Amino acid sequence: MLVIRKKDLDLMTCHALDGYPLEVCGLLIGTLRDTDVETDVTSVEPTENVAASSRVYEIAPKVLLEVERRAEAGGTQIVGVYHSHTHTDAKPSPTDIAQAPDPTWHYVLVSLRDEHPCVRSWKIDSGNIEEEEVVVKW
Amino acid sequence: MSVEVRVPTVLRPATGGVAVVPGEGATVGEVFNDLIDRHPGLKGQLLTESGELHRHLNVFRNDDDIRYLGKLDAEVSEGDTLTLMPAVAGGAS
Ligand SMILES: [Zn+2]
Repeated sequence: MLVIRKKDLDLMTCHALDGYPLEVCGLLIGTLRDTDVETDVTSVEPTENVAASSRVYEIAPKVLLEVERRAEAGGTQIVGVYHSHTHTDAKPSPTDIAQAPDPTWHYVLVSLRDEHPCVRSWKIDSGNIEEEEVVVKW
Repeated sequence: MSVEVRVPTVLRPATGGVAVVPGEGATVGEVFNDLIDRHPGLKGQLLTESGELHRHLNVFRNDDDIRYLGKLDAEVSEGDTLTLMPAVAGGAS
């Protein structure tokens, strides 16, 4: 389960709309609870899609390092990544699944395929995906 | 040289769950071989079968990406920190 504030959800959605027709991406910062079942997102960091593509995304390694250091300094950590799908649904693609960097992470997808953006969150572990509940708090 | 190696969550099953492990060597490649000796599970995670740096792994020597420092030949100094991070990327197809 992913617990996220409304302003962070809006930030991801606006980022996706602003970046259209390219895919956008960013990192989720937060704290993993003991159980690893529930994660609180404390902030969202939009990053540049260095692939600058409507089909793929990539976060610059250097940016990843910087965001991780900043998160650790604040007593948090990178807990996941979000990216947009401009023409497909809010579900990880086979490439997203194959390249998923960390099974403890949460993978948020923002789909712009339909009239209203759709946000869904997934866990990806060794090629298996499972959708999880997104709880929005104010 | 003794260096400190920071291991991402995804590789920690190979280090017994430990996030920071020591390594020895004069270059990144030597440190990797030392790490693989101590933690054999890291082998296929750090290097390809032909012994190249794995494409989906980023390695920083302190603040610098070793891709621009000679990759596995990048020299390390006593007390350096190597940070390993998975590449974060995906695609629609
Ligand atoms: Zn995708």
